Amino acid sequence: MRLPEPVAGARILAFGGYQPDNVVTNDDLAAVMDTNDEWIRSRVGIISRRIAGPEETVADMAVAAAGKAIANSGVSPSEIDLVIVATCSAEAPIPNVSAGVASRLGINAPGAYDVNAACAGFCYGLANASDAIRSGSARHVLVIGSEKMSAWVDPLDRSTGIIFADGAGAAVVGPLTDPEDAPGVVGPVVWGSAGDIADRIVIKDRTSFLFQEGQAVFRWATTALYPTALAACERAGVEPGELQAFVPHQANLRIVEALARKIGVPRDRVADDIKYAGNTSSASIPLALARMAERGELTSGGPVLLLGFGAGMCYAAQVITVP
Amino acid sequence: MALSDQEILQGLGEIVDEIAGVPADEVTPEKSFVDDLDIDSLSMVEIAVAAQDKFGVEIPDDQLKDLKTVQDVVNYVHKNAS
Repeated sequence: MRLPEPVAGARILAFGGYQPDNVVTNDDLAAVMDTNDEWIRSRVGIISRRIAGPEETVADMAVAAAGKAIANSGVSPSEIDLVIVATCSAEAPIPNVSAGVASRLGINAPGAYDVNAACAGFCYGLANASDAIRSGSARHVLVIGSEKMSAWVDPLDRSTGIIFADGAGAAVVGPLTDPEDAPGVVGPVVWGSAGDIADRIVIKDRTSFLFQEGQAVFRWATTALYPTALAACERAGVEPGELQAFVPHQANLRIVEALARKIGVPRDRVADDIKYAGNTSSASIPLALARMAERGELTSGGPVLLLGFGAGMCYAAQVITVP
Repeated sequence: MALSDQEILQGLGEIVDEIAGVPADEVTPEKSFVDDLDIDSLSMVEIAVAAQDKFGVEIPDDQLKDLKTVQDVVNYVHKNAS
């Protein structure tokens, strides 16, 4: 048996993000349900969010975000040989989202699969991409988080309707041939799940809306996850104080800020993309990264801690360096 | 050694001050967290978690919803402290 030569590591080449055009403000929501701008800002930290049009699909948003990531990466679609779409809000279970997205992007016959680890999906997909490259299963991997949460949330439910939103984010990942080459490196993942409390966030069946036990999820997110984040820093050999940025899943600004305090990251280094994006599940981390990169807020080579967590209850963390 | 009600009240005041920014001397037994101290359900979770760290008494969510006043929490901690 001949085995492939292992590759030293994987590196992110570029990010891309996409949000639908339709901006929904807190005042818009207050017009249809019993809520108000002050209440939403203080409970979840969201100022506005984007909601996809009725015809806009998870795949459409994935294509839009991934197209930008590919253009930013300098890699040709023909060089990509694996496409991973993290999503938990696809319109249908068959066919998967990834194969169709790959085809629309002009990527020829790649390996293609979807990952459902809900809001942790992008971190899981990124770990899969890194492992595939390191083991020689793929050379360039497109990882996308794309969600149309609005399709699964009761628009009149003030506990979920104010939080969840739509969007997509993507990264192009390639081989790291020189370990001294600092930009874009994907560090080791630390991941896990707590299936015993999976009933805290559920969509019961195809006719049901998303339900979550807000207080229980808040307690879990603010108490159970920071050791995973610290373990990812430890495995990458990075002290929390050295992090250039902390980009956790944008679940709720109060969860984000509580996590930052526990991990020991100063507030000004913490992503708060939720303010204008809402909670976009698996898309929230790459969307935040894409926006931070676009605004020039990140310095190439700087370490950034990612922490995804959500339904399942799945979670994953890794340190990357900025491409 | 068991904590006195006064010690629990004082500790709770420190917690509420730190989490919700309500001065500890306003955290008096008859006050309602929601109506008088303007503390929301998520801050109550944070207070419960901090109380567990401080007093070693777990306050699960299904119990937490019944603890309306400062005295309710003092009583709960007192009763469940080992």
